[in-house]
Amino acid sequence: MKNTLTIARREIQAYFVSPIAYVVAAAFLAVMGYFFAMILYYSREATMRYTLGNMTTVLLFVAPILTMRLLAEEQRMGTIELLLTAPVKDWEVVLGKFLGSLTLYACMLGVSLYFPFVLTIVGNPDLGPMVSGYVGMLLLGGALLSLGVLTSSLTQNQIVSAVLGVVLIVLLWLVSALGDVTGAPLSGVFQYLALSGHFYDFFKGVIDTRDVIYYLSVIAAALFLATRVLETRRWR
Amino acid sequence: MIHVSNLTKHYGDFQALKNVSFDVAKGEILGFLGPNGAGKTTTMRILTGYMPPTSGTVTVAGYDVTTDSLEVRKRLGYLPETVPLYPEMTVWGYLDFMARLRGVDKRERRIDEAMEKVRIADHADVMIGKLSKGYRQRLGLAQALLHDPEVLILDEPTIGLDPRQIIEVRELIRGLAQDHTVILSTHILPEVSQTCTRVLIINEGQIVAEGTPERLMARLKGAERIFVQLAGADGNEARRLFQSMDGILAVDDKGNGAYEVECALGTDKRPEIARAVVNRGWGLLELRPVGMSLEEIFLKLTTE
Repeated sequence: MKNTLTIARREIQAYFVSPIAYVVAAAFLAVMGYFFAMILYYSREATMRYTLGNMTTVLLFVAPILTMRLLAEEQRMGTIELLLTAPVKDWEVVLGKFLGSLTLYACMLGVSLYFPFVLTIVGNPDLGPMVSGYVGMLLLGGALLSLGVLTSSLTQNQIVSAVLGVVLIVLLWLVSALGDVTGAPLSGVFQYLALSGHFYDFFKGVIDTRDVIYYLSVIAAALFLATRVLETRRWR
Repeated sequence: MIHVSNLTKHYGDFQALKNVSFDVAKGEILGFLGPNGAGKTTTMRILTGYMPPTSGTVTVAGYDVTTDSLEVRKRLGYLPETVPLYPEMTVWGYLDFMARLRGVDKRERRIDEAMEKVRIADHADVMIGKLSKGYRQRLGLAQALLHDPEVLILDEPTIGLDPRQIIEVRELIRGLAQDHTVILSTHILPEVSQTCTRVLIINEGQIVAEGTPERLMARLKGAERIFVQLAGADGNEARRLFQSMDGILAVDDKGNGAYEVECALGTDKRPEIARAVVNRGWGLLELRPVGMSLEEIFLKLTTE
């Protein structure tokens, strides 16, 4: 675990010295601010529900951009040789990378707490759905970031990594549509597998353990696969 | 300290290593010599646990590299061929990261010592991306020394350094040998004869020669050669004179009164040659034995 934190720490430092983190965070917050302002203006409703709902689509692109560097760049620069010959387990490397990106994302979400704070000043919002909404955003973000880590392990090229990440996420996002083709009983399976089917409850104020387990499973599966990819790299 | 037996590595159909076996004792500096693509880096990568072998076993300090990889890695310092650096980190930040990963005690002191050893302390706060090639190489070396490992594996440690730095690094490596075991690869031959206690010449995935630099040279010489430089001698006459002498196998006319005379192994014909030359009334400007250089041995072994 100590090694994981060491790697995560380095990753966070690397984010903050590169322009990518600032550009992505600024863009994320700017878009969120726009959604927030428009929705508040037209709905006059003191809720984060619709803003967060819109941000999930933005996140779909933001997550792979945050993770594209993580393992791809290590492989391109040859620094992976350093990590894989240090007394560190492969999964510690992968988990460290993931935690690094998750920390940056959590910081972005943290800054965006400014929006619900504004709501408490101008209105009288229900705090429960806002809290559960942010929990949902964190879980969904974690799942998307872990998928990004997985695609970053597959290539030496950051752009390829980001594109593969978006494709993989979009496919998993829309996999529920396959259910319409196959019909029951498979439709239920596809429905459950889709990334898009598990966050609305959070925004409405419901934390369903099934949804929590779903996102944690996606994270575990993606990080496991990324570790395996790293291991097979040794065998080539 | 290091025991390698019947090591084989395939990359698809390409056989990079064919049944390589060797041992390295504690305190030795083993030089890996071979043309590019001979299998030096592959062997080192297997030793460090970066890649598993196709077959064969490797133990480092009593631990098997495939089954006890982590134990091996704890005892290893490794400088890969392409120095693995993060350009956005400072020198100190990078060494601190590596020290943490390696679980080094008294981090700050160890980092300072490592920086001192490779003379990079004055660049501690410089971004790695702004370092010159020589400094990068030295930083890579510092990283390998950081945790005072029992075994050091250095893939071309002096590449990219200027002549003074090369001498410094060689001295550093020789100094380390007292309580470390070092394997280094190179294709610069003087490096081997100056730094290593033992040489292993590898070509096309096989070990073609092994021994101390001196013994390798002696073994491969085949014959004693003597260089003679004469003044005031008639070319053909001098050659006939040498050829007529007992125990001389061949005479090579180098022009301008210079000759290389080959005689049987273990004999020294210099007194006879000197006497004969002086008797003729020629001037004897130079008379010395010719050693076969490591370059020649290397070429001989790797081009056959």
